[in-house]
Parts: sequence; C-alpha cells; structure tokens
Amino acid sequence: MRAFEYVPAKTVAEATSLLAEKGDQAKPLAGGTDLIVMVRENRRQLERMVDIKDLPETNVLSYSPDTGLDLGAAVPCHKIYADDAISAAYPGLIDAAKIIGGTAIQGRASVGGNLCNASPAADTIPPLIVLGAICVIAGADGSTREVPVEEFCTAPGQTVLERGELLVSFKVPAPPQNSSSFYLRFIPRNEMDIAVVGAGASVVLDDAKTSIVSARISLAAVAPTPLLAEEAGASLAGKEISDDAINAAAEAAQAIARPISDMRGTAEQRTHLVGVLTRRALNGAIQRVKEA
Amino acid sequence: MAEKKDYKVVGTRPIRHDGVDKVTGRALYGADFYAVGLLHGRVLRSPHAHARIKSIDTSRAEAHPGVRAVVTAKDFPDVEDKIADLGEGAANVKDLQDNVLAGDKVLYKGHQVAAVAAIDPHTAEEALELIDVEYEVLPPVISVLDAMKEDAPLLHENMRTDEMGEKSENPSNIASHFQHKQGDLEKGFAEADVVVEREYTTETVHQGYIEPHNATALYNPDGHLTIWCSTQGAFAVREQVAEILELPVSKIKVVPMEIGGGFGGKINVYIKPIAAMLSMKTGKPVKVLMSRADVFEGTGPTPGSYVRVKMGATNDGHITAAEAYLAFEAGAYAGSPVGAAAFCVFSPYKVENGQVDGYDVVVNKPKTAAYRAPGATNAAFAAETVIDEICEKIGMDPLEFRILNSAKEGDIRVDGPPAPRVGFVETVEAAKDHPHYSAPLEGENRGRGVASGYWPNFGMKSSVVINVTADGTISLVEGSTDIGGTRAAIAMQAAEVLGIPAESVTPTVADTDSVGYTAVTGGSRTAFATGYAAYEAAQDVKQQMIERAAKLWEVDTDAVQFADGVFSTVNGKEEEIDFKGLAARLDETGGPVVGRGTADPNQPGPSIGVHVVDVEVDPETGKIDILRYTATQDAGKAVHPSYVEGQIQGGAVQGIGWALNEEYIYNEKGEMTNASFLDYRIPTCLDLPMIDAVIVEVPNPGHPYGVRGVGETPIIAPPAAIANAVYRAVGVRMKELPMSPGRVLKTLGKI
Ligand SMILES: Cc1cc2nc3c(=O)[nH]c(=O)nc-3n(C[C@H](O)[C@H](O)[C@H](O)COP(=O)(O)OP(=O)(O)OC[C@H]3O[C@@H](n4cnc5c(N)ncnc54)[C@H](O)[C@@H]3O)c2cc1C
Repeated sequence: MRAFEYVPAKTVAEATSLLAEKGDQAKPLAGGTDLIVMVRENRRQLERMVDIKDLPETNVLSYSPDTGLDLGAAVPCHKIYADDAISAAYPGLIDAAKIIGGTAIQGRASVGGNLCNASPAADTIPPLIVLGAICVIAGADGSTREVPVEEFCTAPGQTVLERGELLVSFKVPAPPQNSSSFYLRFIPRNEMDIAVVGAGASVVLDDAKTSIVSARISLAAVAPTPLLAEEAGASLAGKEISDDAINAAAEAAQAIARPISDMRGTAEQRTHLVGVLTRRALNGAIQRVKEA
Repeated sequence: MAEKKDYKVVGTRPIRHDGVDKVTGRALYGADFYAVGLLHGRVLRSPHAHARIKSIDTSRAEAHPGVRAVVTAKDFPDVEDKIADLGEGAANVKDLQDNVLAGDKVLYKGHQVAAVAAIDPHTAEEALELIDVEYEVLPPVISVLDAMKEDAPLLHENMRTDEMGEKSENPSNIASHFQHKQGDLEKGFAEADVVVEREYTTETVHQGYIEPHNATALYNPDGHLTIWCSTQGAFAVREQVAEILELPVSKIKVVPMEIGGGFGGKINVYIKPIAAMLSMKTGKPVKVLMSRADVFEGTGPTPGSYVRVKMGATNDGHITAAEAYLAFEAGAYAGSPVGAAAFCVFSPYKVENGQVDGYDVVVNKPKTAAYRAPGATNAAFAAETVIDEICEKIGMDPLEFRILNSAKEGDIRVDGPPAPRVGFVETVEAAKDHPHYSAPLEGENRGRGVASGYWPNFGMKSSVVINVTADGTISLVEGSTDIGGTRAAIAMQAAEVLGIPAESVTPTVADTDSVGYTAVTGGSRTAFATGYAAYEAAQDVKQQMIERAAKLWEVDTDAVQFADGVFSTVNGKEEEIDFKGLAARLDETGGPVVGRGTADPNQPGPSIGVHVVDVEVDPETGKIDILRYTATQDAGKAVHPSYVEGQIQGGAVQGIGWALNEEYIYNEKGEMTNASFLDYRIPTCLDLPMIDAVIVEVPNPGHPYGVRGVGETPIIAPPAAIANAVYRAVGVRMKELPMSPGRVLKTLGKI
C-alpha cells in the first residue's frame, strides 16, 4: 500500500471537483468495505480518496407509498433493513442487504458502493434492477443525470460514471399493488462467500393472486455485468401461476447467461444454477404476495 | 501401569492457565513482538509454478534509500547434499535451503526467491518490485497422476525413484515407492463373496491456522542469533535454522511466542532463516510477516492424492483381503506423508491378506507439511467408503462390521508390527449406543453415515523442570508450545502427583536456552509425552520433599509417607504437614527444591475415533448440509475433558471442511486461484451443528495416567462418514474430495 491523500468532502460539488481533478487517481469512499480492502492489498493504487459518506445527499433515506424510495448512495445496509416500512415494501432489496458480509460489514457497506464497485456478483444489484431503481448521478459541472441500474455497469469494475461523476442516490419506484420481490444467491457455505450465482425477481399479481401481471428477473455472476433477463420476465406477463410458466421463464433466463468457470464454480454449474435460482426467486416473490 | 482409576486433578476441568491472557487479547503473538531499531522484511515470491531462474538483479532494490539489505539463495552457506536428522524426522538439507530461497529453479507459485529488509513494511513491499528476476518458464505438473507419467515435466532433473532401496535408472518425479505385504492376497480375494474396488482422488488442502507465519530475528556480533516466532517446536526451528545457515545449535536461541494454530503446518521453517539472514546483514532486528496469500501459496499444505482400495469380504462380514495403492503429492520436494497413510489405511482392522503400495511424487505445488494425522484422512476416505459399500452389499450394519473385523492386540498389521491395545470396539459401541445412531432420520434427501479413523500417535522427547515456590505452588517450565490447552493438561499431571490443585501450578513455555530438549507440539504427543515428563519431574519433587520432611522430623526418609498432598510419619510421634506447609519450610531444610523430568516414551498408544453424521443434500444445487454430528474417541484418559472435547470437535470440523469445500484450485498455468479465506472455504459456525464429542477411556498402558494423544484422530473419519451419508441421502457414491456442490451436481448427473 502506498500513501495517499484522504479528503472528506462537505458538499456534492466539492466531491465532484475533487474527483475530477485527479481522474483515475481519485475514488469516492463510502463504507470502504471494497475500496480499503483493495488499496491495502495493492489491487488498486490511488492518490486521493474522497470521503462521501457524510454528505446529506448521499444519506437520504425516505420512503413514501406514493413516490417510492429515495436511497442515498452511502446509506449503510443496516439502516435500510432497520426501517420497517422499507423492509415491507422492498423485501428483495432487504434479502440482499442482510447477506452482504456479516453484521460488521453491514454496518458500513452501502448499496451505492456495492453498485459502483461493479462486481458481476454484487448482491444488491439484481434486486435494484428488478425493482426498477434509477441512479441519480452528479457531474463535476453541476449537472445531474439519471441512469437505470441495469445500464450502470459496463464491465467488471467498470461503470458509466465519467471523470468527476458521483452516484448520489437511487430512486426506487413505489411497489405496485399485489407485488413483491425476492433475492437469493447460491454460495457453497452458509455465509462469507461471494455469489456463485444470484437471482432476483419481482412480480405483480392480479387481484386473485393466481396470475402474473408482470415480472422482472435479474441475474448476478453469470456475465461480465449483472443482467436484466428481460424476455424471461416478459414471458410471465399474463400467465397463470404454474410450474410450467416458471420453468419456461427459468429456461429463458438460462439462455442469456454467459458464465465463466473460475474458483467459485464452473460455467455448467452456473448455468444450471440460474435455472434453479430463478425458479426459487420467482416462487419466493409470488409466495410473498400471497402471504401479504 | 495405568488402570482405570479416579484421580483428584486429572479428569477435572479447571480454567486453563493461559485463558485470561488469551480472552483479554493480552497474550503476545509473534506479530506483536517489537524491538528498538526494528526493520521489516518482506519476501519476493515466484509468480510461476515452474521456471528456471536465469538471473536475479537486486541492485535497484539495494539502491532504494529505505532498504537496508537484500538476500537471495546466493547468501546461503554451501551446505552438503546430506540427510540431516532433525529430531522430528530426517530431511535433505539442500532441499530445506532450496525451499527457503530458490536456487536454480522455482518449483511452485509462491516459492521464495529473495527478501528485503527496509525501514517500514510499505517500503519493503515497494522494494520487492525493484528486484529483477529473469525466468525461463517451464511447463508445470500439478497432479500426482500427471507427474507419474513418463513424459511428465521433471521438477528435479537428477531425481531417481527409490524403489524399495534400489535407485531407478531414469529420472522421475516419483521420489520413492514402497510396498507392505502380508499373507496371500490372491487366496484372500478368492475366498471373498464380495469384492469392491474403487478409485479416489483428493485435492490439496491447507491447515488454515488463523495466525500467519511470523519471525523476528536478531543476530548479535558475538555470533548469537535469537529468533522470536510462532512455531510448534522451538527446538525444531533451532535445528532447521542451524542446518540451513550452518550455525552451531548452541548459538541459536528460539523464543516461542504464543501460537495461533499450527495443526502440523508450523514445524517447517520458511521465513525464520530469512529473518536471520537479513539480521546478519544489517545487525538489526528484522521482523518478517506473511500475508494470508503467502501462507496459502508458500507454506506446506497437506497433499492431494490418488488412492485405490480393493477389499474382499465374506457374506458373514469377514474381511478376507485388502489392497491399497496410495500415490501422494509431496509438493516440490520429496517427502509426502504416504508412509503414514500406508500405516493407517487398514489399521483398525484385522487384515490377514493384504498389500499396500505407496508412491511419493513431486509436483509443482508447495512442499507439503504435516496436517493433523498426515496422510490418514486421504487413505481413510477410500478404505472407509469401500467398507460401507461392502456392508451395503452383504446387508450388514456398518458398525457391526467394524466390531467383527476389529484388530485385537497382537494382530499383525499389513505393514509389519503387531497392533497395540486400543479401544476400537469400545469406541464403536459408544457410537452404537449413542442416541444419535438410533434416532429416526426423517425427510427427503437425508442420510446417515459412519466411518472410523485410526492414528498411531507419537512419543518422542520432552523435558520439564519444576521449581517449588515458598507459597506452596510450583512453577513448571516446559518446552511444548501450547496449542490446544496443553499448559493445563501438563500442569494437571504434575499437580496430581503432588496433591495440589491445578491452579497451584504456573506453567511457562520456555525458550530453547531455558529448558531441556523438547520435540514439537505435534503427533498428538504433547499431553502424553510432555505430560509424562511433568509426571517424572513431579515425582522428583515429591522425593525431594519427602527428604525434607524427614529432615524436619529427624526421621528416615523411608518413614515418611505421602498421600493426598500430605506428608506424614508415625515414627515415635505423629507428624503431618501438607505440601504448602512443607514448601514454606524449604529454607530451613536445605534450600530450593527443583525437580526435573525427561521422557522419551515409546508406547504412545494409538487413538481411534468413530463418527456418525446426518446430512441433507440439496439435489438441485449439490450443497450438503450437516444436520447432526457425533464423534466418539478413545482418549485413554482425558486429563482435561474440555480440551479433549475441543480437540475432537476441532478435528471433526477440519475434516468436515476437507469433505465439503476445502481445496487448492489451480488454473492451467499451475497457479492457485483461491489463495484467500474468501475462496478457500473452511466451514464457518453457520455451516456446522454442535459436534457431540464422546470420550471413551481405555487407558494406555504406556502412560502413568493412561493418556493417549487425541489431537489428530478426529480429522480422519469425517470425509468418509459424510460420503457414506450422502450415498444414503441421494444414492450416489462420492469418490472425489472435496464433495463441493459442483462435484455433487456432476455425480448426480445434473450437469
Ligand atoms: C468481509 C466482506 C464480505 C463481503 N460480502 C459481500 C457480499 O456478501 N455480497 C456483496 O455483494 N459484497 C460483499 N462485500 C463487498 C462490499 O462489502 C460491498 O460491495 C459493499 O456494498 C460496498 O459498499 P461500501 O460502501 O463499503 O463501498 P466502498 O468500498 O466505499 O466503495 C466501493 C467502490 O465504489 C466506489 N463508490 C462508492 N460510493 C460511490 C459513489 N457514491 N459514487 C461513485 N463511486 C462510489 C468506490 O470508489 C469504490 O470503487 C464484502 C466485503 C467484505 C470486506
């Protein structure tokens, strides 16, 4: 590890200009559970770390059943799942927030950091995608732009963020009537692992809760970026809930998976697991609507 | 000597002497060591699995203003190509040196190539990037079967196979082949009603001790070298460093710090000689620490292996013949634990017709080191699952089969010696009688399996000194580093002799200048052999105290009795004084009392364990969950039952980890791709049920209290027990370790 400069930013504008000055050599610091580890292990060298975890804008956490959730990029996981209304509205996101690392990590780790780290296996990204979350990004010139989460990651560790840009918050739409979400991952142990495959699903059911109005499915760790399995989700729209319909959606999800073989699993294993986890995620989300 | 007896201290559960220090975080580990003027050393490691070193240029690193010294293999003294007896086993000194700093070739990724000492750790790390090494990359060979092929890339161009004493003509990666034989194999198999022959492979696994290796060395101009470090054996470090650096042992003092686990992996030296060389060059204390990746890539794991076992039995359950072919990866230099594997593979059983072949094979992986019952787990995975298949075929309860075939004292083993007394039948019966074995196991994809594990245990040398203190306590100086609560177990054996409470003993683990020679904490020998030395030292104290009482009372020593901590005499008048009272009167009866004891006991008494496990398999993901686990084991006499249970639980957990997920995963370039605790998956507490440890006590006749070593045996049975349970859960026989989800899916035909 080499010495670097640490600057706590007081405003979004200050943060973006501090970042813009150094380009590649500067990085925002949220919880630091990815960044500090990488710098310590020499996997990343920096001249400047810009601490953004004390900005008001990156710490918003407000939910209304009408307008949905505003989630600051630096809000740590434990604050999200401590909020009962948010937990009830977005159970899929909570599934992910509760399995990142362990209690200590969740005290620091943010959803913003999880997304910006852009790991193909990041746990909160599939639920954000299936919930239709939008990223609010501030630029060094004072501008703001919005990008859907599914378009945010471009390659492992790479995002759409340009020089000086900062992810400020997420806008997550209010959950529709008769809807719910679910996220699960497969890991060889029961904790302390990175997803071999992750799958998130959100469903909207009809009033009778026997048919699917719409569904979204997202996959982690089976491609260079987390995937929105658009066709798989769309295939369920208007279908009665049945094993056949769910199996067909799972197969459609398998069809877009492009996994690699590595120390966490082989490509065949991952493709197989996409089917298993997609089924389980869909059934889990449906079950939650039925139980609500 | 020992029968089943009741003791006052032995068998109780006092608080361990090092407990408060450890739970308050005050215990001093090697990384905590600090000295004025301390420099920090870091090691440059090979990025290649196999390469010739064409040149090493250290000039840029040496020119760095923060760097104080750089060392490479050139700085070693020229040692002879000889086998040195290092007390814990012989080793080729050149190999030892070459493993510490590579000479002509690097033989695994992570092989140490050079090292620097600098003013701080970051400068040292940076300076490593300034060392220019030119490599000629060679093709690596990673698995034992590949390495045995005739056209395999050779690690050591001059190595010839030692074929039961004869050297082969052509060079080979097979360092040696041996064979044990007994009876008539063909006849045995002909008599069998069922014969099962299966092949198994296991991957390289690491001990996974939590504390990485560390060493601080200070070389004084008067030629004295001191090393503060984490080790299982201070004397073993002294001997190895002396051989590698050609220093007299008397000039080296090794100070063992507290140790955060070793399991066999902290016997061999890696950075200790390097810290010493850097201190010799700088005249300053130099501290070298490993990272976790260094530990995985650069220190000795336990071997991957290929094992074939063939066994025949009659329909009424008698083993008629058994054959094993064991090929073990030694790592980069010869010396795998295949010998111990051959010793253990059929040891629990009476095998009249048997043959065991062992092959020791070098591969481009770190030189293997000991790991809890080295070799036995690989072998038992094969033998104990073959037995399970036989039991299934003949319709016999697998525990009944074990009782029926258990070796009795004096039965001749396949590898030659007669079987000593061990409580195998008693241990199997404890498993059978345990409520677990008869509990209903309901639900889909669930199954119960059993297996047993045998380890011979070791004796070896230990020394203990006891000083009697005026307040009636004793200080006990020993040379065994305390890994599993051995301070307590050793202290208790002395306390028992002297009739004082365990709390009245202050045990100290001393450096190599301050205590007599003591072999490593390993081979399950410490509570047994150092405990034996403590017993002897306490006997010496007792005798001297009797003399003091005699003096006090002006009677013959013969007239003094000692029982339950009280000295008494009936000569004329009745006199009585307890240990504490007499300790206060040493000054007036001749001064200090110092007792000494040494031991080199040759009857360590094997230990055997029988494990019962319930699993549930998720047939869609291939994941195995451990639902319930019971481990019974013959401990001879459990000196401190909590620590015996702790050993049984810890060993079972490591065996479970080996069974489920632990493995070195290599890419085609021979690089380990999972050198972190994230992807080298030891079980966490969420992956395990409480391990129910059941202690069986069949006293070891070779120890005054009947103690048998217990530390190693419990790792042996888990993989086989789990494989047998998986079969009952989902109907497939797993023949590869680890039984990771991907492998289970494959075996189930799901992928
Ligand atoms: C022990 C351990 C276990 C873990 N387990 C899991 C797990 O189970 N699942 C999982 O998905 N992850 C896991 N992680 C990874 C990590 O905890 C998560 O990715 C976490 O959400 C990162 O959040 P953070 O706030 O700590 O991010 P940081 O480390 O602060 O930042 C991560 C990256 O995002 C950038 N960044 C942060 N905030 C912004 C922003 N507002 N705008 C632009 N860029 C930004 C940083 O510069 C950095 O590159 C684990 C990590 C550890 C150490």
